Amino acid sequence: MPIRETFWNIPHWAEIAQYVLGFLTIIIFGYGVIRRIRRWRQGQPERRTDNIGTRIWSLFVQGVGQKKTLQDWYPGIMHFTIFWGMIALLIGTILATIDWDVAHLFFNVQFLTGWVYVLYELILDIFGVLLLVGIGMAIYRRYITKPDRLAKMPDEGLKRDDAYILIMLVLIAITGFLVEGLRIAVAQPDWAPWSPVGNAIAAGFVSLGDPSNSTLHFGLWIMHMLVAFVALASISFTKLFHMISAPANIYFRSLEPAGKLRSPIDDEESGVKQWQDFTWKQLLDFESCTRCGRCQDVCPAHASGFSLSPRDIMIKLDVHMWDSNNGHSLHGDVISAEELWACTSCYACVEICPVFNDQLLSIIDMRRHLVLEGEIDTQLQDALANLGRYGNSFGKSDRMRAKWTKSLKTKLKDARKEKVEYLWFTGDYASYHASMTDKSLLMAQIFRNIDLDFGILYEAERNSGNDVRRVGEEGLFEMLAEKNVEALSKSSFQTIVTTDPHSYNSIKNEYSENGNNHYSILHYTQLFDQLISSGELNLPNKLGYKVTYHDPCYLGRYNDEYDAPRRILNSVGCELIEMTRNRENTFCCGAGGGRIWMEDPPEVTERPAEQRVKEAASLPDVSTLVVACPKDYVMFQDAVKTAGLEDELEVKDIIELIAESMGPLKIEE
Amino acid sequence: MNIVVLAKLVPDLVEELEINDSGTGLDMTWLRLIINELDDHAIEQAILLKEKSPAHVTIMAPDIEGVDDILFTAAAKGADRMIKILGDFEEGMTNHALSRVYANILPDLNPDLILTGVQAHEDLDGSVGPLLAAFLKMPYIGYVAGVSIENGNILATKEYPGGLNAEMSATLPVVLGIQAAETPPRYVAVSKVRQAMKSSEIEEIEASELDASGSTLVERMYTPKVGEGATILEGDLEEVADNLIEIFKEMGVL
Amino acid sequence: MSTDVFVVIEHLRGKVNDISYVMLAAAREISDATGGEVLAVLLGSDVENLGSDLAANRIIYMDSPELSDFTSEGYQQAIAAIIQERNPRLVLFGHTSIGMDVASLLSVNLEIPLVSSCLTISSADGTLKYTSQLYGGKIMAEGSLSEPSTLITMVPGGYNPEDGQSSTAAEIIAVDPPQFEGLRISVKEYIEPEAGDVDISTESLLISVGRGIQSEDNIEIAEELAEAMGGVVSASRPVVDQGWLPTSRLVGKSGYQVKPKVYLALGISGAPEHTESITGSETIIAINTDPAAPIFNIAKYGVVEDIFDLVPVLTEKIEEM
Repeated sequence: MPIRETFWNIPHWAEIAQYVLGFLTIIIFGYGVIRRIRRWRQGQPERRTDNIGTRIWSLFVQGVGQKKTLQDWYPGIMHFTIFWGMIALLIGTILATIDWDVAHLFFNVQFLTGWVYVLYELILDIFGVLLLVGIGMAIYRRYITKPDRLAKMPDEGLKRDDAYILIMLVLIAITGFLVEGLRIAVAQPDWAPWSPVGNAIAAGFVSLGDPSNSTLHFGLWIMHMLVAFVALASISFTKLFHMISAPANIYFRSLEPAGKLRSPIDDEESGVKQWQDFTWKQLLDFESCTRCGRCQDVCPAHASGFSLSPRDIMIKLDVHMWDSNNGHSLHGDVISAEELWACTSCYACVEICPVFNDQLLSIIDMRRHLVLEGEIDTQLQDALANLGRYGNSFGKSDRMRAKWTKSLKTKLKDARKEKVEYLWFTGDYASYHASMTDKSLLMAQIFRNIDLDFGILYEAERNSGNDVRRVGEEGLFEMLAEKNVEALSKSSFQTIVTTDPHSYNSIKNEYSENGNNHYSILHYTQLFDQLISSGELNLPNKLGYKVTYHDPCYLGRYNDEYDAPRRILNSVGCELIEMTRNRENTFCCGAGGGRIWMEDPPEVTERPAEQRVKEAASLPDVSTLVVACPKDYVMFQDAVKTAGLEDELEVKDIIELIAESMGPLKIEE
Repeated sequence: MNIVVLAKLVPDLVEELEINDSGTGLDMTWLRLIINELDDHAIEQAILLKEKSPAHVTIMAPDIEGVDDILFTAAAKGADRMIKILGDFEEGMTNHALSRVYANILPDLNPDLILTGVQAHEDLDGSVGPLLAAFLKMPYIGYVAGVSIENGNILATKEYPGGLNAEMSATLPVVLGIQAAETPPRYVAVSKVRQAMKSSEIEEIEASELDASGSTLVERMYTPKVGEGATILEGDLEEVADNLIEIFKEMGVL
Repeated sequence: MSTDVFVVIEHLRGKVNDISYVMLAAAREISDATGGEVLAVLLGSDVENLGSDLAANRIIYMDSPELSDFTSEGYQQAIAAIIQERNPRLVLFGHTSIGMDVASLLSVNLEIPLVSSCLTISSADGTLKYTSQLYGGKIMAEGSLSEPSTLITMVPGGYNPEDGQSSTAAEIIAVDPPQFEGLRISVKEYIEPEAGDVDISTESLLISVGRGIQSEDNIEIAEELAEAMGGVVSASRPVVDQGWLPTSRLVGKSGYQVKPKVYLALGISGAPEHTESITGSETIIAINTDPAAPIFNIAKYGVVEDIFDLVPVLTEKIEEM
């Protein structure tokens, strides 16, 4: 009768030793975990115990289901097989322990018998193979293919850690199979074929005969035990710890909207000066990072040659938080100002991280400190001074904000004085930038042609502060938001509509009326989408262009609006050819996070906008790049020139296509 | 070391400047005021000196719209004491009048060093720095682009045309007209200014009667005709470029 | 009370500065109206020779070791003595690092009114009038020059410096220096600017960049044009302050006076501190997106266009020639 003969061929003393060592392992493991937790507690407090149901579900989908990890197929499958392989073997060991040390010991009965046992052996063999396949895939990738994001690390010692894990897994898997094979070679049970791998290995050893096989078995058993215990004990001291930190990180992640940046922790809004100024959750981020490097691969700054890598930020901060006796200071020694300023706040790194790190938040927290110290370059300084003084980054008078409307014979409604249905929050670029004011006029004329009841705030409108906040100037953001909210509260309107995704993001997620309700706000693509579906907007001309569309970071990734613009493109009769990097994988134009207010350092080889227009131009038969953000328009227009693509690619705002599709507009007399 | 910086607010050139109805001055209704850029440099220079060796920095400015903001910003940068001068400044005031007001107040503050911007856009009757120096009978060095202290003496770098500089030494107390601080005025985060507003106070001192003698009355103020002189070349980029090339050839540089 | 017009000559390191000739030209013109003489005031130590080409009726020359370097105190005491003795109608100073330091001191000490930033002096119905430049050249102010005396600091641009030069040396009146008292300022050393690779004051074609160039990288478009045309890149103060170009390329009050055949101003607004140093140019061409930029007042040709659009087109055409 099939039964699990635990400790077959194992002398009693070894059995005892195993339990003793096991116990020791648990102590060391426990100590390691406690040590880590104590370090995290040196960080600032933060509440993450709300919404338990959602959190647990997340854990299930992402931790067990590995949903995000699988988005990148090769490493996804590689990890999935290793993960499930080890889980299965772990469950197998637990079952075996219960079977022997509880059922058998106390109740003199075993459940790993008969067909249950046989099935158990078969499943474990299969998962063992899966494990080896996964490990094989990992070894091949890390040491043969050597992708950039694994080949380069900020610290060579980390590579030894990476190697250690693969070595340990290999040893565990192989010794495990060998032990099984040798046992079968000696014991030769009838149900051996149900352990196909073990059986195959046994065949190889049978010729050696007993007692050699028994000795080998015992020896390998000891090796397997030692390797396993060392691996377990070392979990908290190596990359293996991600098995604990990553699920914790998933559980404790922020459930706030992506577009709502967490405020500075302290009243002085001083940001992070030393690592203990991070919250415990941010410290957990650093610990959870498995150095996979996916964030580095999607980072537009990194792709352009900036010294920033979101992965390296996580790694370096983790090393630093354990290493802080050596007198290195966080700012300057560990993280350079250049790295911090390189970020465009595009959120690609946060979006793609399989362990749900928020690299961006930590970058911004460190920027907050630099701003407070005044350590910012002159161009940024000028932009911030202009924003503070004139409410726009151009340094033009706030009284000129509505100058773009001067050419209209009938003035636009002043939302400060008259009730309107839609309050149009135009934004800096659409109001002041020479390339955008004609599009604003176009939008105004379109609104008028469809009798939309709308008005603007004229001089009372200020920059929404979205990017000011992401630069780390929290005080200035508050000042701008206060002024905007004041203007909004004096006005009477149903919904805000805005040209600018950055303004959309901040007003939607970060502004509140009296501290409670959020404003009802639409991006203009959402408004037009609604107007098209309701029939209020007719688009008689089907344009028939083959176009591609760039998802703005702050409309798409941050606020999940991918479809409204696409429906519009469909309604105007254009054929949309997607770029490889579309929707949540859109590649940032490089303007966000205040970067449009900063100079590019010399190491930048090809700016993000240039890379993107080349991506667009490479699509066959596509000669139009459609955008829905004023900054995208300006960045791509410029990039088309500097990349020499004027004859191949034209940049168009979606409003231009709408206008074309509408046919001749009634321009007022 | 006791440093006093004198700052004033001047019309912000970002706005269109308009002449008032009587044609003798600026139309004040739409005027927006900003700190005189060179006074901002003077404040920065004072803070830089304080960072190098112990000093007490006082900022003084006449009470006109916007003065609180510039004083609190200076406090956020590190100034110790802020004083605003109350008086009838609505019609604007000449530098002679302002310097006399300062000359009455400053001796009580016992300054070792007085810094102010070497000039301002609106100056029509000299500048505050040297006028004040004469009233106080202190030496004056203008166009200073770098200051250090050495054994109770000031070392100032004075700028001359052609990139020539002179290292001048003077015994304290001294008045300096600042052209540029050693490093450009630093950025101060809004939250720091807001904190300064909560934690510090601006003192007020009454000004004596304004005496403008030494300055001259403006009889007429006007905007010069714009573009009066330049022939504007029209056309698209190609046409304009061709036109320019013709001009270059005519001038013999091409 | 006299009707004479005094001009305080500015000189440094053995050379008379251009502004002095501008002032002499102004003095000559206005002295016709006052009916007085033009007297140049030359202070220094052993600098008599500098008076050789001053277009004045006479030169008041004061020689003293205390005047070997310019200090506001030394000049103030010297000129005060001269003014108190001779009571001129007008005393002209340069609106410069020299003149500005002294004029205000004298205004207070001698209780004589002071007008600064003066562009031109005129006479109408027997009254002398000043026209001064304020607010970066955006506003002009006019008024009468009070009697019996007024001090004036002058900016260049209103007169041709050549009109202040003379081929014959004027008569020199040597005067004794006063008893200098309480001099507390001394010059420790002069620091020459770094020898630049070029001397922009002698170049005949300057491609000059201002704030409108926006970043250090963009200066490249000016460099390319300069190379195509055989000219040299110069700059206004904001560009040099940022460190994007060295002081040797600075056109302006603290930099160099230039007199090229063609001065191409790219993205330069035309503030007086800059334009006063280019008035010697034969032809000024300005490219600026702001049609109200003061530079268009003194330029001969102007283009209201974005330099980033126009300059590359221009460079390409020239390279193809």
